[in-house]
Amino acid sequence: MSAITDVFARCRREKRAAFIPYITAGDPNLETTAALLPALDRGGADLIELGIPFSDPIADGPANQRAATRALDAGTKLSGIFEVISRCRAEVEAPILLFTYFNPIHARGVERFAEQAAASGVDGVLCLDLPPEEARESYLPALRNHGLDTVFLLAPTSTKPRIKAVAEVSSGFIYYVSRTGVTGSHEPLPKELAKEVKALRRRVKLPVAVGFGISSPEQVAAVAKVADAVVVGSALVRLVEDGGMSEDLPQTLEDRVRELTAPLRR
Amino acid sequence: MAKASLLKERAEADRLGRFGPYGGRYVPETLMAPLDELAKAYDRHRRRRAFRCRLAGLHRDYSGRPTPLYLAERLSEQLGGARVYFKREDLLHTGAHKINNAIGQALLTREMGKERVIAETGAGQHGVATATAAALLGLECRVYMGTEDMRRQRLNVYRMQLLGAEVAAVDSGSRTLKDAINEALRDWVTNVRTTHYILGSVLGPDPFPRMVRDFHSVIGEEAAKQLKRQAKRAYPDAAIACVGGGSNAIGLFSAFLDEPRTRLIGVEAGGRGPGPGDHAARFDGGRLGVLHGTRTFLLQDEDGQVQGTHSISAGLDYPAVGPEHAFLRDKGRIEYTRVGDDEALEAFHLFSETEGILPALETAHAIAEAVRRAPRLPKEKILLVNLSGRGDKDVETVLAEDERRREADPDPAPAGPRLHGDPS
Repeated sequence: MSAITDVFARCRREKRAAFIPYITAGDPNLETTAALLPALDRGGADLIELGIPFSDPIADGPANQRAATRALDAGTKLSGIFEVISRCRAEVEAPILLFTYFNPIHARGVERFAEQAAASGVDGVLCLDLPPEEARESYLPALRNHGLDTVFLLAPTSTKPRIKAVAEVSSGFIYYVSRTGVTGSHEPLPKELAKEVKALRRRVKLPVAVGFGISSPEQVAAVAKVADAVVVGSALVRLVEDGGMSEDLPQTLEDRVRELTAPLRR
Repeated sequence: MAKASLLKERAEADRLGRFGPYGGRYVPETLMAPLDELAKAYDRHRRRRAFRCRLAGLHRDYSGRPTPLYLAERLSEQLGGARVYFKREDLLHTGAHKINNAIGQALLTREMGKERVIAETGAGQHGVATATAAALLGLECRVYMGTEDMRRQRLNVYRMQLLGAEVAAVDSGSRTLKDAINEALRDWVTNVRTTHYILGSVLGPDPFPRMVRDFHSVIGEEAAKQLKRQAKRAYPDAAIACVGGGSNAIGLFSAFLDEPRTRLIGVEAGGRGPGPGDHAARFDGGRLGVLHGTRTFLLQDEDGQVQGTHSISAGLDYPAVGPEHAFLRDKGRIEYTRVGDDEALEAFHLFSETEGILPALETAHAIAEAVRRAPRLPKEKILLVNLSGRGDKDVETVLAEDERRREADPDPAPAGPRLHGDPS
């Protein structure tokens, strides 16, 4: 059983949803990332999503776009990200899931990427612009060979055949995108969300995490009622942006994660 | 013959729109079902007689098809070799080939029952064409354009606004075409239920590369017929077109893919030189990658970050090339070459002065390639160049470039158009 699967099993025993924070690796530099990963863990992250910065993040809103730009401007490289993960691995209990666009994987070569990710202590990968159709040939076998979970997305536009196809190739959990749109929306959660997530959970065996545009403890509590996990990304990325190189940043993030997870631990 | 060749090529693309190892659908899940729907709608309507008649009618009565095929006698004489014919897409309504695709996709938008379209634009030509088609068919329209391109093409910005479109400034990344596409995709992923994205080149996820190609294939079909009438044979010895994403090129070439006597030559932007960030020659400095939903040749660093590009022409200033181009290059069917800023600018002046036609700076790259080749060929040979757009939009850029060059080199070679001898 993978570390990610373990987390969901534990949360189910504790009768609560899991909490998944997201930050961008290398934002504002990799040293900060090395301090933030343990901080998220201490704050109560059940699983951590770590973004690989990409020059053309088409599924991201302005906050995550700026984070990627800061990270790339600071000279963040994939090899540096792997180094930081392997350095933090012992300190961080939560499994780490890479959140990425496909081209950085493609450029490294899928096999080499999978090997290096696994060696550094990564537990799974979610690739935003790689649907199952394009993943079957080389991505899936490479990641599975190296024991990495393959998390795929479903969206409000996904049809029944697509739900089936995504469920077939996913492991660990399925990531449900709360709305048609990009990350970091300030709009209220869609009214249909609860119904959609309930329907989806009846259809798939894997746990379902919900993300995109969830920022407040109230929203976390609302989503946690229907989902197996809640992802908060841009809201934390904005804290990193405001904190910059401040020494207090790890503490700020740890505290924020604690506030966000409070409704899950009542 | 042209139609048969298209169908054969189409058969080579699999269900996901792959051309060999290129193409595909690399998009967020939110867009996958809508792309399926779009592909189905396109495949249904392109076969419908009513749809094709409506499109052909608008081409004829509104856009101005067929466009003439023009033998540039003065230029040919001056070059002293092959006869050079130009397919006059610059004479189309809105001034470039882009209207062929914009109207086709706008009609399809109506058929799909959507009320809103979005588009990206680099040089502004596709934005203007989309704004025009949207006005014609009563669609709401928003065009994404990088602020750097808005500066270079401010007349086109106002044209789009006059046509009732909203121009959204994109101030991220390199502030050019690539970033405009990023932003258009973000809009589409958000509003996909009500909005169609009229992508302007043979790029992006399936079905765009084949759909945009099909809408432009009329260029080559007409040219073949016209050549037969005017030059007494239905094929040129070489067909030449500039390649940004590659839509005007594939539109011209598609009629000649099965004609072994025609060499097909695509011209990429050589920009300022071969260094990273100085050009947009994907086949020279790029390697296989994935951007904007498709797998193709891409200018990128070793970590897969997309590199900046440069070209004097906004329409060629893009780091990836249409996937079918990569496929046809592998098959050895299309050759690619590069023309830099200076040579394109010279060709712009030469063509303006010898033929009385201001070409778009994009097109000037293709003309420069004809200027290289024609002198080395005998008079009975025929070169066919796609005159993909007119240069009115570029007058300010050319003025600024000429002034800059005069300041840098106040005592240049004798005035007047210079000819390039050796292409190397």
